[in-house]
Amino acid sequence: MIPLTHLERLEAESIDIMREAVSESERPVMLYSIGKDSSVMLHIAMKAFFPSRPPFPLLHVDTTWKFREMIEFRGKMIRQLGLDLIVHINPEALAMGINPFTHGSAVHTDIWKTQGLKQALDKHGFDAAFGGARRDEEKSRAKERIFSFRSTQHRWDPKLQRPELWRLYNARKNKGESMRVFPLSNWTELDIWQYIHREQIPIVPLYFSKERPVVERDGALIMVDDERMPLAPGEQPMMRKVRFRTLGCYPLTGAVESEADTLIAIIQEMLLARTSERQGRVIDHDSTGSMEKKKQEGYF
Amino acid sequence: MAHVSALIASDIERYLESHEHKGLLRFITCGSVDDGKSTLIGRMLYEAKMLYEDQLAALEADSRKFGTQGGDLDFALLLDGLNAEREQGITIDVAYRFFSTDKRNFIVADTPGHEQYTRNMVTGASTADVAVILIDARKGVLIQTRRHSYLVSLIGIRKVVLAINKLDMVGYSQEVFDRIEAEYRAFAKQIGLDDIVCIPLSALKGDNVTAPSANTRWYHGPTLMGYLETVVVEDRALDSPFRMPVQWVNRPDLDFRGFSGRVVGGSVRRGDRIRALPSGKESTVARIVTKDGNLDQAVAGQSITLTLNDEIDISRGDLIATADSPPGIADQFEAALIWMSEDEMFPGRPYLLKIGAKTVGVTIATPKYKVNVNTLEHLAAKTLHLNEIGMCNLNLDQTIAFDPYAENRDTGGFILIDRLTNNTIGAGLLHFALRRSQNIHWQAIEVNKRAHAALNGHKPCVVWFTGFSGSGKSTIANIAEKKLHALGRHTYLLDGDNVRHGLNKDLGFTEADRVENIRRVAEVARLMADAGLIVLVSFISPFRAERRLARDLVQEGEFCEVFVDTPLNVAEQRDTKGLYKKARRGDLKNFTGIDSPYEPPEHAEVRIDTVTTAPDDAAELIIGHLRETGILDPS
Repeated sequence: MIPLTHLERLEAESIDIMREAVSESERPVMLYSIGKDSSVMLHIAMKAFFPSRPPFPLLHVDTTWKFREMIEFRGKMIRQLGLDLIVHINPEALAMGINPFTHGSAVHTDIWKTQGLKQALDKHGFDAAFGGARRDEEKSRAKERIFSFRSTQHRWDPKLQRPELWRLYNARKNKGESMRVFPLSNWTELDIWQYIHREQIPIVPLYFSKERPVVERDGALIMVDDERMPLAPGEQPMMRKVRFRTLGCYPLTGAVESEADTLIAIIQEMLLARTSERQGRVIDHDSTGSMEKKKQEGYF
Repeated sequence: MAHVSALIASDIERYLESHEHKGLLRFITCGSVDDGKSTLIGRMLYEAKMLYEDQLAALEADSRKFGTQGGDLDFALLLDGLNAEREQGITIDVAYRFFSTDKRNFIVADTPGHEQYTRNMVTGASTADVAVILIDARKGVLIQTRRHSYLVSLIGIRKVVLAINKLDMVGYSQEVFDRIEAEYRAFAKQIGLDDIVCIPLSALKGDNVTAPSANTRWYHGPTLMGYLETVVVEDRALDSPFRMPVQWVNRPDLDFRGFSGRVVGGSVRRGDRIRALPSGKESTVARIVTKDGNLDQAVAGQSITLTLNDEIDISRGDLIATADSPPGIADQFEAALIWMSEDEMFPGRPYLLKIGAKTVGVTIATPKYKVNVNTLEHLAAKTLHLNEIGMCNLNLDQTIAFDPYAENRDTGGFILIDRLTNNTIGAGLLHFALRRSQNIHWQAIEVNKRAHAALNGHKPCVVWFTGFSGSGKSTIANIAEKKLHALGRHTYLLDGDNVRHGLNKDLGFTEADRVENIRRVAEVARLMADAGLIVLVSFISPFRAERRLARDLVQEGEFCEVFVDTPLNVAEQRDTKGLYKKARRGDLKNFTGIDSPYEPPEHAEVRIDTVTTAPDDAAELIIGHLRETGILDPS
């Protein structure tokens, strides 16, 4: 008997987690951030329930500051797969005009994303939300359970996590409480790319290198994705061959100079890279333990 | 991850191909607080070139700020992820780390060593193939070493590395190494561990982590990484009989009915004869469905959807197994329990048990014994506390399919869940079914509850009074019973004090005894309701869980919870039996409201405020409720 390969095993585990979460919750939802991890998660969801369609909608917590190509890609995928998508835009953040330039990345992320997510979960009464986070991404993620319990205020308490043994997930909760479920917990960045390669999963073109207009801010290359990007007097966006290792709000996502314009080239570049993928993310650097703090407050 | 293979640059396609077929090894590291466990894992990541420049830069900065190595790289800081841990300098939870070499992918469960977190070690061990147990060469085999080894063996890990660390601190002495190895092997034999490799290490300096050390020329065994890269772990699940817990019934339309789940034992082929459990109905496999096409065969580890050739009733939580070698079914078991909750275990309290995709109600008997994990002695026990391990009999409210844990972790391992908080409060390993569960059947009785009710001319009901001592429960229950009697209804009043003179005279007032007290009374009330009576039960019954148990024993609509809501200070002022005075003096221990908690009902059918309601009016309120719900009328 041939044992499963590493990727087959990971895929089977993710399917197992999704089926279990769906069976043990009343209103599940899948957080869809449009990035590569979300693309993998969605691809696996299509497999997990086949020939049924995934029995949950997708939710995108939009900040109005995502790359335009992400939003295009989102529309295309939803049409192709015939799934339901809920787009939530925090109305308070919209009214206050929250943006990364005037309010800084911390406030921007908290109000648009953390508060926006909580609003959306409450509004629709979702009691289980799938997220594409992986344990290899960040130190506080390494300690998170696959089924992660959240209080009625959506708070995560790292000291009160439920022990998670074997493949037994305890998804029980009282009314108003919820679960964050991470089917990709045990995947690494390489696994994700390799799986995208093997399964030919479509991803946002921003991951591939191309000439794009960028400016340099605090050592990071920021793409000028629309006219809202404030330029210094006389500042001209430069055309550089760049790509993105992670995707988020364009003013907060640093590009890397790269020639990699195929999947294989991206993987090769990643394997030879000297810095981790999160380095391009401004939000992790605010202070030591910032992810842990954000997670306690309800961030994904 | 920064990967090292030269293939990456020269032939990336071939590298990916080889990476995809690399195996995965999951291992756990266990050691005491200062054995250098985090340092070892950090060192392995560093040596495997798994650290990026930004991570190294962060490590350098952190080492200067928090480090304990005088400004040198402090690998421990790579791992102690949570701020709370950094401040205390300890690891508080299980963390999972990922790295890979050219030969294998690894997931490390990093678990803390101090006593109060034994549950984390068991959690980490439950998914591990190999255990790396660290010893400080200066200290030798400690009590913790024995505890970790026992837990590793309990969970069923067979391969153990004894990493004798900090050998640099004893001058790389072979004598020290040999002495520790001999002592450990002698101990490990007692607990059934015999596949052991001992490696002399310095995690801090890097000796024998990835390369053989010049400091230990007397050692000819593998390096730690060398061992982990090559150790053969047989996948026992592949060789066991076919098992698949049904997670989800897949019904996209009326023409398709499939059963989705993950194979946790053996393999299944199209046409195989299967048995669904616990029903015992049999059929054959029509198709093994996946989105990537139907399969001829599926093996342990795969997530699939099965369709069958016969329409048999299968739902979530059932187990599909090979008909040739099906698992046992039973509702009473002996099991080893690992208690993981701050609240002690209460024999007789109803908990939930989850095994595979099935969740059932369970009560646990008083432990046969508990294990002193340091000395392996069996000790008498009335309960289990946090991190204690004991052997107990379990009584389930439904029959389940199972294999002994030693034969299949997935069909023999379970978790215990608290019904109110929903926390995971324990884990267990099924040993065997108790024979009596196969021999005691429920006797079907022809004169049933309906027949009793018809003769009585009213429906049965359990009216459950709860409240502080001195709240007025018995007074109100008495009046209510007199009124019901006058109305020609058949009643019986079970009073706390009276029952403690007889049926429950062996019980005291500890929390465990109170749980048992209520359990017995609830069972008696159920029998009386079966006999057609309106049973009035007047007990303090301070815990929600036991009141819930009493409610669950009778049919819906046959339970009426009456909360006699008297504030503690009012009850204490009344103090009709003088008990509060005694309790305040400390002469009476575990008195509800004084030094033992009372959990007020959240959804009582009737709530009586005795400050504003006279006992007679209170009794009328209850009778009014029984009338409204149709109890007093002929059925």
